Amino acid sequence: MSLTHVAAGVQAASEPNPLVPKLPEIILVLIVFVALWYLIAKFVAPRFEQTFAQRRDAIEGGIARAEAAQAEAQAALAQYQRQLAAARAEAAQIRENARAEAQRIVEELRTQAQEESARIIARGEEQLASQRGAVVRELRGEIGSLAVELSEKIVDQRLSDDAQVRATVDAFLADLEQRDSADTGAGSST
Amino acid sequence: MTTHVSVLANPGFVPPGPADFQLPDIFNGNQVLLTKSSLLLVLAAVLVFVGFYATSRRGAVVPGKLQYAGEAAYSWVRDSIGRDIIGERDFIKYVPLLVSLFFFVLVNNLFGIVPILQFAPFSRAGFAYGLAGLVWIIYNGVGVARHGLLGYLKLQTVPGGVPTWILPLLIPLEFLSNLLIRPVTLSLRLFANMFAGHLLLLLFATGGDYLLLHATGPLVKPAGVLSFVMGIAVGFLEFIVEVLQAYVFVLLTATYISGALASEH
Repeated sequence: MSLTHVAAGVQAASEPNPLVPKLPEIILVLIVFVALWYLIAKFVAPRFEQTFAQRRDAIEGGIARAEAAQAEAQAALAQYQRQLAAARAEAAQIRENARAEAQRIVEELRTQAQEESARIIARGEEQLASQRGAVVRELRGEIGSLAVELSEKIVDQRLSDDAQVRATVDAFLADLEQRDSADTGAGSST
Repeated sequence: MTTHVSVLANPGFVPPGPADFQLPDIFNGNQVLLTKSSLLLVLAAVLVFVGFYATSRRGAVVPGKLQYAGEAAYSWVRDSIGRDIIGERDFIKYVPLLVSLFFFVLVNNLFGIVPILQFAPFSRAGFAYGLAGLVWIIYNGVGVARHGLLGYLKLQTVPGGVPTWILPLLIPLEFLSNLLIRPVTLSLRLFANMFAGHLLLLLFATGGDYLLLHATGPLVKPAGVLSFVMGIAVGFLEFIVEVLQAYVFVLLTATYISGALASEH
């Protein structure tokens, strides 16, 4: 037992203390690690970050493009609807105008026709009055001579026969009637 | 008891100890540099850089398998350690540090269970001290640059929302824990885990070897087999410990930087 103790003691004395570092090792690990850190920071991390950024851009860019396309489509739809509404309004306006125009034309024509008819009536009345005047003038001239002629005949006949007189009057009146009808026939024909 | 005594009494078995971490010099010098551990350290840095350089070089928007693997590794440290701990505003500046730190420590640690290499460089205390010292310089430098020397000292030593009379007690404690003990625990945690892990593997391997081939006794052969099985189990355990220690190291670094940048204690 004591032998093993001695052996262990001897061994412990000859063994190095693992907690005591060697300065060159500290320097070596610093150099090696700082070099690795530098290389990773210089060549690896920027590449990875760039790749991540590109990937993010690709995804977000795709989303942005889709959103832009959708916005464009919506704008086109809105424009189309606006144009359609404008066209509808224009058509309604045109229809309204046409109706008003038609009304105006009808109105105009009616007044024209009324004026025309009034003018025709006035002219007819005028003509009628002038014709009447002419007839009256003519009659005034003829009535005298006719009365004279009739009285001459009556005086001539008085002496002969009553019946003769009556016949003469009748003949005169028939003659007059004939002449009058011929006269009106000639007047209406002109 | 007889087995025990026979093992101890047999001068053929030398239990593994700190001397096993003094690997021979490549150029047969005097145990200063260029040992296997130093070469492994450099190899780890080269592997990390080449791996990331190869996967980041193309930078395709639609990544291939290799690029995807590199991006996943990078983004994991970037997002789940950098962004989540340091915060959206400042983290991007520290991503290269955190990424290189995590993968550098991870690859170095994993060397501990890679056949033939089978040595984790951070079981050499000097390497762990160097790295932790660098982290200490960085987080304090970041804090001083952000708040000024006095502002930073106040931030790190005066906790907010504490009655004034207790401050004389708290300020030395906070100073000690935030500025002096942090680098020590950071380095010792990494170093001790790697050291102990390697020692365990050595113990089970050399012990199994000795029990099977050299020791004499009624139960030595089954014990030797058990020793090897335990060695394999410890190997798997070591894998977890190695990954975890790399993670913890970077997590704490990010936490320290975040604390140095914070406007409130």
